[in-house]
Amino acid sequence: MTPDYYLVLAAILFTIGAAGVLVRRNAIVLFMCIELMLNAANLALVVLSRINGTLDGQIMAFFVMVVAAAEVVVGLAIIMSLFRTRRSASVDDANLLKY
Amino acid sequence: MTTLAAAAAQVSTGEAWAFWILGSIAVIGALGMVLARNAVHSALWLVVTMLCLGFLYVVNSAPFLGMVQIIVYTGAIMMLFLFVLMLAGRDASDSLIETLRGQRVAAILLGVGFAVLVGTGLARALGDVPAAGLPSTNADGNVPGIAALLFTRYVFAFEVTSALLITAAVGAMVLAHVERSKAEIADQLTRMTARFRPGNYPGPKAGPGVYANTMSVAAPARLPDGHGSQRSLSPILPIRELTAEEAAPKGTDK
Repeated sequence: MTPDYYLVLAAILFTIGAAGVLVRRNAIVLFMCIELMLNAANLALVVLSRINGTLDGQIMAFFVMVVAAAEVVVGLAIIMSLFRTRRSASVDDANLLKY
Repeated sequence: MTTLAAAAAQVSTGEAWAFWILGSIAVIGALGMVLARNAVHSALWLVVTMLCLGFLYVVNSAPFLGMVQIIVYTGAIMMLFLFVLMLAGRDASDSLIETLRGQRVAAILLGVGFAVLVGTGLARALGDVPAAGLPSTNADGNVPGIAALLFTRYVFAFEVTSALLITAAVGAMVLAHVERSKAEIADQLTRMTARFRPGNYPGPKAGPGVYANTMSVAAPARLPDGHGSQRSLSPILPIRELTAEEAAPKGTDK
């Protein structure tokens, strides 16, 4: 086993998250799949920092975590206000812009 | 040469064990999250995946990031998800009817293709590269090493992300705020006259079970006029038809 096995694991987790974004329709589960994609990218960054021998990858992963936290806060507030007006958490119901 | 480099990149047996076990659990958690019907189950599967990733960070000489992953990501962000799920998404489950025909099949096929493409690309590109490892940069400890970089080379990004966090918190407060207009706030006199208006019974409602015919939680609560109250049924439970003897009035009001 070499460290690039972790990168394959990160690729698998990323695709599971991407497929989840396409398949699920509950807005909050959709959001969680996006979080899974961010986590997969974090894993790739940490493993590549180990392969390169510098800590820059870990710093980048740290910033990804901070940005993901801010994004979750704002995204969940949007979903909650959407739920308050539409009474539904399904993304198919937010269709006011539909032609 | 390549075998030498590949041999140098081989990891210890303990790390191999950790990778295979934690990696499998992480993939199972990710699949469980995408496939779970109930949104709260999805959140819990994602917590499993994130904990496994936290341990994998520690195995990869990133103990600070591993702890931050468990404390911040799993402990704060996933709990935020669970709170919002309790407010807004607990009962909602995805319907099986597809809005776009063939989207699920196409998503799975393209997902598998993408995973194979990216995985093979990464494995072929980085398979022979020897891992430099982090014992030299972690010589003083991982946290001082990160701090030395974070506050010198990345200090501007650090300040910008702190501004981002403040903006996100203020934005969430603005979005979640419910504005109550002055006209909606009723004073005591208005509330009292509304309560004693003709047609409105001013006393407390009957306690649970006063009009009940059966003890099943799948039977709707009975309103005073005899109809079943559909609001009392939890949408998660399956609908059960009452048998004739359960639905018949039992005469307990005599």
